Amino acid sequence: MSQADIRHTIEIRLNGESLTVEAPATVASLVVTRKPRPPFAVEVNKELVRRPQYEALALNDGDVVEIVTLVGGG
Amino acid sequence: MSMDPTPLKIGSQEFRSRLFVGTGKYETYESMRECLEASRCEVVTVAVRRERLFDAQNRSLLDFIDTKRYTILPNTAGCFTAEDAVRVARLGRDILEQLENPGAQWVKLEVLHDKKTLLPDPVGTLEATRTLIQDGFQVLVYSSDDPATACRLKEAGATSVMPAGSPIGSGQGVLNPNNIRIILEMLKDGDPDYPVIVDAGVGTASDVTVAMELGADGVLLNTGIAHAKNAAAMARAMAHALDAGYLAFRAGRIPKKLYATASSPTEGAIANQ
Repeated sequence: MSQADIRHTIEIRLNGESLTVEAPATVASLVVTRKPRPPFAVEVNKELVRRPQYEALALNDGDVVEIVTLVGGG
Repeated sequence: MSMDPTPLKIGSQEFRSRLFVGTGKYETYESMRECLEASRCEVVTVAVRRERLFDAQNRSLLDFIDTKRYTILPNTAGCFTAEDAVRVARLGRDILEQLENPGAQWVKLEVLHDKKTLLPDPVGTLEATRTLIQDGFQVLVYSSDDPATACRLKEAGATSVMPAGSPIGSGQGVLNPNNIRIILEMLKDGDPDYPVIVDAGVGTASDVTVAMELGADGVLLNTGIAHAKNAAAMARAMAHALDAGYLAFRAGRIPKKLYATASSPTEGAIANQ
């Protein structure tokens, strides 16, 4: 792996698993790659991210991201 | 159709059915849909989890719930701290807002103490209740059957307090009817329409009737239907049991007495008295 590659990727935790993504990355770009089935909600570092913020919110190395949906429950 | 002539008012919403049914643990999504229908419920609970939990055919829960028909009540099940429960509530609201479902303003708050009993942690529950109310939620809060805790949660501004009949999924029914009765008396004192819903522990139809005969405004259950041998038949039984208990409570039962009182007149009896 070259120096350029290292500089241009970041390592995040997505839904409990580590994931390498190309930088710069935003919530919006992650959603495009991951393609979660709607409806879903996104949290970065334990804070809810609302839809209008997806484009602007940059992801940084070490960020903890959760993408959640609704499942059966009592 | 429910036989209940008085709608149940919870926060800003009104319902004809007083049965709230969970969507977890059914053998198939088809079975769940059939059970919800048979139970005549109008409110269904759901959980918030990491995405990609589809079944083998790539189907998800929402393919089987008519979101125009049911109010979806998202829970914070599986949370053991106030902080996590608040996070999950906010995520759930974000999803329900996308669905334009009235449940978006609601949360069924659970802050649990431990994995074995799944009993609520009263301190964390109160803390999360306060935070979520400040954040604009109508909080329907799962509680133990302790009257003091129930009072504190109502004072904090909970939209409904939901005491457990017995531990979640235990099927033990209403273990302490006296506590439920005291909770009802305290929470409805000067506020008769304050909704109290018995949540958790229902094992069979008579448990629902008992809760309603005590004067509860509704019952929330999941496992009692989902794990019954014939789930849809049990869902139907639960709906009837709820109506029976509700009507009996409104009708006003006779007091319990130690000795017998004859139903036939003593006057005119030819036998020696």
